[in-house]
Amino acid sequence: MIPALFVLGYLAIVLYIGIFAFRRSRGQSEDFFLAGRSLGPWVFLLSLFGSHMTAFAILGSSGHAFNFGIVTYGLMASSSALVVPLCLLFVGTRLWSAGKRFGLITPVQIFRDRWECGHIGTLIFCLQAALLVPYIIIGVIGGGTTLSVLSGGWIPFWLGGLIVALVVMSYVFFGGMRGTAWVNTFQTVLFLGFGAIAVTLISQGMGGFVAVTERLLQNPQTASLLTREKFSLTTFLGYTFNPLSAIAFPHIAIFCLTARKVTQFKRTVIFYPLCLLLIWLPCVYLGVAANQATDVPALAAKIEAKAATGRPVPGDDVMLQLLGRYAPVWVAGLLGAGIMAAVMASDSQILALSTMFTEDIFAFYGGKQRFGETAQIATGRLFVVLVTAFAYFTALNAKVAIFDLAVQYAFAGYAAMAPLFVAALCWRGSTKWGALAATLFVAASTVALYLLPRGFTIAGFAPVVPMTLISAALVWGVSLLTPKPSAATIERYFPPASV
Amino acid sequence: MKTPLVVTTIGLFYLLHQDWWHWHSARPLAFGFLPVGLWYHALYTLAAALLMAALVRWCWPADLGSDE
Repeated sequence: MIPALFVLGYLAIVLYIGIFAFRRSRGQSEDFFLAGRSLGPWVFLLSLFGSHMTAFAILGSSGHAFNFGIVTYGLMASSSALVVPLCLLFVGTRLWSAGKRFGLITPVQIFRDRWECGHIGTLIFCLQAALLVPYIIIGVIGGGTTLSVLSGGWIPFWLGGLIVALVVMSYVFFGGMRGTAWVNTFQTVLFLGFGAIAVTLISQGMGGFVAVTERLLQNPQTASLLTREKFSLTTFLGYTFNPLSAIAFPHIAIFCLTARKVTQFKRTVIFYPLCLLLIWLPCVYLGVAANQATDVPALAAKIEAKAATGRPVPGDDVMLQLLGRYAPVWVAGLLGAGIMAAVMASDSQILALSTMFTEDIFAFYGGKQRFGETAQIATGRLFVVLVTAFAYFTALNAKVAIFDLAVQYAFAGYAAMAPLFVAALCWRGSTKWGALAATLFVAASTVALYLLPRGFTIAGFAPVVPMTLISAALVWGVSLLTPKPSAATIERYFPPASV
Repeated sequence: MKTPLVVTTIGLFYLLHQDWWHWHSARPLAFGFLPVGLWYHALYTLAAALLMAALVRWCWPADLGSDE
């Protein structure tokens, strides 16, 4: 119960941060949705990183490592350490520049301006929004589960989910992007700070790092978890396509527009891999180590079930179980708050969806002109309430597995949308028809993926590989054959000096 | 000259991620407890940070105009 009290205290702090951010707001849409493009270098780095790291980074990574071993780190963390900073350096900076120079707030606004299109932009909005909703629902489910586990069942799932949903909704509602960025910064610092302490304490509780590894190596059932033989090289290679999704996630793309200066990307690009290392390495190691924590009843049951069936078992609570058994109560409380921080990454997703709706739909179809900027912000806030309520009630009645699956396919969908961003901002020759072809393909293939049997591969590669390659080929091929935007627009985005 | 060099460096770095050697082995252990497949990728992550520092230093997109 005490860890749950720490988490509730943490929730009170983030609520206060949101209200404090509200006091700094200036009542303009750019201020509410982009924090007035005023984030400093450290807040930009930590908040962008915090909003990218969802519940999967902490709970999912240790659960995945529990089942599949150390391969989890190479599959997801080190591949992201290369791909995500490259996306931020070569695409994120250009997003920032276009947003700043032309006063644009969302990626769809940039696409509409760059390719001189209207309804194609609306189609891209629909696809981005549809892919984002499962993430928000998963966030609420994760929040409810975490509070319930940390309180030993004293706080039921429905109440935990409600508390998390209300807190997130409140600070997004009041604080907008400034509140969300400050909360994400606080969350990232908390986890980076206490994560290492918790890992050391848990390992000591289990007999020390060296003893843990030796015991794993001596047990024939766990020795393979310290190698990567449960995955093929082809699958390993295919996973390097997943981090391309980072730049196409609406909440990350919109975060790119919040920096005060473009040079603030420098620190983010350099330090991003280091932040990944600090979070993922301990989580993966502990996930593997949990395989010999047979003195924890819940883990012993999982280990037994794995051995009996030879199949992976649900492992998202592995880290929480280790915390409960081996960490002192105060560390468990603080790290529980850190885990809650990661679970609550849905804040920036809810804000991104609200920003997209008010800018790409409400403002684009005349709402801002007719009702004014104040009504636009009010619409954004109303949308935050509606999305949160929808996510909460869906989470109450949903089967987690359904949304887990949807998130996996959404991941592939976003990765396959990355070529749109590259084409718009790095290639003069791209056209709206190329963008339309790729968007329709991504939408159709994501739906097809959902209907196909789980684990479906093409020539040994996960579907994300062909989806991304075909999407890129469509943008390229169709753009070559179709008329370009006006020379004036192309010159605005690619001034002669830059060619 | 600069662009091919950058593309080649990033390509080589990408290939280094696909470390098929030591695929089926846990040893050698770093610090007595980190399996090779884990410490290699931890080092890779550190090297990625260094690569990013070099790219920021020498390949910063100068065509983006003013900072403000």
